[in-house]
Formats: sequence, structure tokens, C-alpha cells
Amino acid sequence: MAVREPDQQIKESPGSVVSAQDTQMDITLDQLRQLVSPRALSGETMLMNMGPQHPSTHGVLRLLLELDGETVVSCVPDIGFLHTGIEKTAEIKTYTQGIVLTDRIDYLAPLICNLAYVGAVEKLADVDVPLRAQYIRVILAELTRMSSHLVWLGTHALDIGAMSMFLYSFREREMLLDIFEMVSGARMMTSYFRVGGLWRDIPDQFADAVRQVLKLLPQRLLEYEKILKENPIWRERTVGVGVISQADAIAWGMSGPSLRGSGVNYDVRKAMPYSSYDHFDFSVPLGTHGDVYDRYRCRMEEMTQSLKIIEQALNKLPDGPVITDNRKIAPPPKHEIAYSMESLIHHFKLWTEGFRVPVGEVYHAVESGKGEFGVFISSDGSPKPRRIHFRAPSFYNLQALPQMSKGALIADIVGIVGSIDIVLGEVDR
Amino acid sequence: MESQKKFAMSPSILAELGDAVSETQIFRDEVTLLCPKHRLLEVLQALRDTQQFDMFTFATCVDYYPGEPRFGILYQLYSTTRNIRVRVKVMLSGNDRSVPSACSVYHAANWPEREMYDLFGIHFEGHPDLRRIMMPPGYEGHPLLKENPAKVEEVAFSFNRARAWEDKPHPQE
Repeated sequence: MAVREPDQQIKESPGSVVSAQDTQMDITLDQLRQLVSPRALSGETMLMNMGPQHPSTHGVLRLLLELDGETVVSCVPDIGFLHTGIEKTAEIKTYTQGIVLTDRIDYLAPLICNLAYVGAVEKLADVDVPLRAQYIRVILAELTRMSSHLVWLGTHALDIGAMSMFLYSFREREMLLDIFEMVSGARMMTSYFRVGGLWRDIPDQFADAVRQVLKLLPQRLLEYEKILKENPIWRERTVGVGVISQADAIAWGMSGPSLRGSGVNYDVRKAMPYSSYDHFDFSVPLGTHGDVYDRYRCRMEEMTQSLKIIEQALNKLPDGPVITDNRKIAPPPKHEIAYSMESLIHHFKLWTEGFRVPVGEVYHAVESGKGEFGVFISSDGSPKPRRIHFRAPSFYNLQALPQMSKGALIADIVGIVGSIDIVLGEVDR
Repeated sequence: MESQKKFAMSPSILAELGDAVSETQIFRDEVTLLCPKHRLLEVLQALRDTQQFDMFTFATCVDYYPGEPRFGILYQLYSTTRNIRVRVKVMLSGNDRSVPSACSVYHAANWPEREMYDLFGIHFEGHPDLRRIMMPPGYEGHPLLKENPAKVEEVAFSFNRARAWEDKPHPQE
């Protein structure tokens, strides 16, 4: 209960203690009335600011919390601090140049963002991708999912107080980043996938490096389970916290492990398979209670499933080209340019103008570590898109935060925010 | 891509929506239903209640400038039970940038509509909390409109400092 001295007792506005300026938001007092309960304006409950500079908001998320003692009455997320105008920038880039922008959306899972984007352009231009490229894409997407989940696991556990988990999960993530560096030359901003295939074939050491991951990670995952799964402190802080029902989770447009924690069986890899995901045998872990603990369990079991997919894809990896032979989309090999005039023209056209795609609008979604990551492209037939919209899963998952945190304790807010695994680069774009 | 084709939606089930849908477009097996703006809520309500489109995937706006009608407002829906997608589209004239808010039908439309208001200046009638969401407080204009050219700011070095600063939105001092 926010206790105030009698002389500070609240009068109705304009003399009210809470003014629009106090909240530092672009908001009028009337708008604030819509967001918080009337008790906040009379001073009975306390309005408190959390973020944007706060270690547990995973970036620059700002929350306006209305507190009754330690209980959260309402929670108003304020986003946009990391808005970089990626959608506007994409309008002046050709379809190939746009790949670079997608790394920066969800910077913890760049290859999955690449995959969604090239998938959308391939759908628009109606390009077929060689099977080898599809399998390599799957292997890399699953490794990316694991690296994204490892960052989530480390930071989420750190927020709740399990410091050592953070050190272990970042140690394993380093192995995965080394693989990304091996194939693409960059640890995080990979830009490895191209429209119609891959930038280049994987190096010879790739298979060994992935097998090393397949060998090491199962036992490391067991170690993680020993640290957290039955840990009484961890369970106290997560079981029954931040509950969202199945119906609410669907209504708020949630996706990914945050949705499956509530027991909704929706995974884009299963529902609408892309990049040959239907060739692999894996299951989709589901929760039942929709609390922080179930979301944690879903992600942990997803990592085991990812290892299963990677192993199958690596064993079945076919030989062949890694990029389409459609010269209107993919550049010709270097040696061809030396003797073929036509190849030279294709090369010149692709690097000066880019390729043209049909007029139309497409939406292509993939399952990222956070949920359904989709790319909507509206094309006017030119080499640059008229409009690109990125459907970011964190944006919609975060929208459900007020619903999840209603009635929670303020100490649990960091646990709930951590459990929906937001990346602000993706929320604000 | 092949595997996605079998999930395409059959246009016949849309017959129930009647004349509320003015046109059905199919491109790459994706179904888009065009409807006039005064019947938007009716269509969304019918899709949610009778066609089981329970999940709101995303909403966005496309600026077709210099075409007229200038704006297209899109709502992408998904049915978790039937595993199909559908897109509902409303075309808006450049002179009349308002459309009824879908928040009463889908909770999840709240933030996407705020985003469209912020970036495109589309007004959503009946929206519970129509404020800017991405741009900073006090920002003027709507950055994703086509009249704002996307361009690269010149980097200021000693030899071009005066010219480079002229171009910045907030000049030095």
C-alpha cells in the first residue's frame, strides 16, 4: 500500500499527484486514465517505472507498473526505444541487399530471420531451392534455435538468481557461434542464406563440428536439468507464476514456446512445413498450465528435439548444388563469367539492378526461437519491395504481458518477462 | 513451398460471407478477401465465430502511392483448428484515413493498429488506446508514408561538415 502523508493527499486533477509529465510518456492524463485503475490517480496505488535501462528487461523495454503494495494491479509496456526503421530501409534495398537487414531484427537468431526472408522472396519469385541447400538451412536454423534458447536460458535463470546457469549456457553458445563463423564468416550477423539457396557450400570441417555439438550437448543439457529442473528455489519462483490460459494465449496472438506452454499445439514447422521440415521426425513439446515453469520446460525439451532434427538432416544430407541454377535470381559461378557473355550480362544485371519479381503480396512464416516469425512482402514488380513487414513474434508475445502479470508480485515481473523471451530488436524493428 | 500448397484455402467456404466480401484474390495460394471498410468488423466477426479463425497473426498497412485508393490495411488470420490462413484487406482513399478498429473482435489488434497509426497516420475509430508506439514522444509526421523518402544521411567529415549538417533533421546548435 502506498502510504502518503495527509498533506500530500490527492485532489482530483489538475492538482492530482500523478501528472502526465510524471510518467514521461507521450500521453495525456485522459489516456493515462484508460491504462491504470482510478486508484492510481487518487494515490491509493503507486505508479512505478521500470526500465528502459534495467538489467532484467532484456534490452530497452520500459514498463509502467501500478502497484498495490507488492502486487501488480496493471502493467503498461512502453516500447519503441530500439526502433531502427528496418521496414523503411528495406524499401530502398534490392531483394538481395535486404538479407543483411534481417540479421538485425532478431539478433539472437539471425539465421532464422534470414530463412524467413529468403523464403518469402522465393515464394514471391516462385524459385525452387536445391534439396542440399534446404537441409543445410534446417541444420543451421536448428543450431540457431538452440543458441537463441541458450541465451534465453542463461539470462532468464540469471534474472531469477541462478548465476551459474548463465556461465554454462554461454559456454555452449560459443560452440554454436563458432559454427556460424565457420560457414558464414560472422558470429552473429551471418547473412548466409541467399534467395534460391546459400551463399556458398559448407566447409569440410562443418560436419565434424556439428557432430561434436551433437555429442556434447545432450550431456550438457542434462547438467542444466540438474541445476534447475527440480531446484526448489527455481520451482518456487516459476510454478504457477505468470499464468495465461489457452484461450487468452490464442486471443493475444502469442506463438512459439510461450503459446505451447499453455498447451496449444501450434508450431509452424509442423503446421505448414517449409524447407523440408516434413522430412524429419520430431515432436513438439507442450505444456499444460501456461505458467513460467511450463514455458521453461517447453524450451528445454525443444533443444533436445533440435538435436534430433540436426542429426537426421546431417545423416541424410544429399550432395548437389547449394543454389538454384535460375540465372535470373542467382549469380553465375565465377569461372563461367570468364567465357560466357550471357553469364557476364546476368552477373552485371544482378549486381547493378537486382532481380525483378512478379507483382503481388505474399506472407511466409517460419518458427523462430520466439515463435512465428513471418515476412510480408508487397511487390510492385521492381527490384525493390514496395513494402516489407516483419511479423515479429516477440511483439505479439509482449502484448500479452499485462494479461500475464495482473495480480503477480513485483518480484515475479522479471521472471514473467524472461519467460516470454523477448528480443527488443525484433519488437521495435 | 510445395508443402504449403495443400493448405490453401478453398474460396467456396467464403460464400457464407455473402456480399460483405467485394472481391477474392488468390496469389501463390494465399487468399485475400477485399471488403469495404464499413463491413470490416462484420467480416472479421464472421471469420472468427463461424470459420474458426481464432488467431490474429498480424496487421499492417501498405502505401500504394501514387495509386488510388492509396492505403491497404491488411489483417492476417489463422485458424489453429483448421490450419489455414486468410487475409482480409480494406482499401482506403488518401483523403479518408480512418477505419474501424478491430480491437473489439481481436485483442491482439491493439498494438499493430497503434503501429499503423504511428507509422502511417491511419486513424482507428474506437481504438481503446491510440497512441504512438514506435516513434518518440513529440515526433511529427508518419515515417513510412511514401512522401518521406528513405535516404542515407551524409556522414559529416571536416571537408563536408557544413553540407552534411544542412541535411540533418536537427541541425547543430
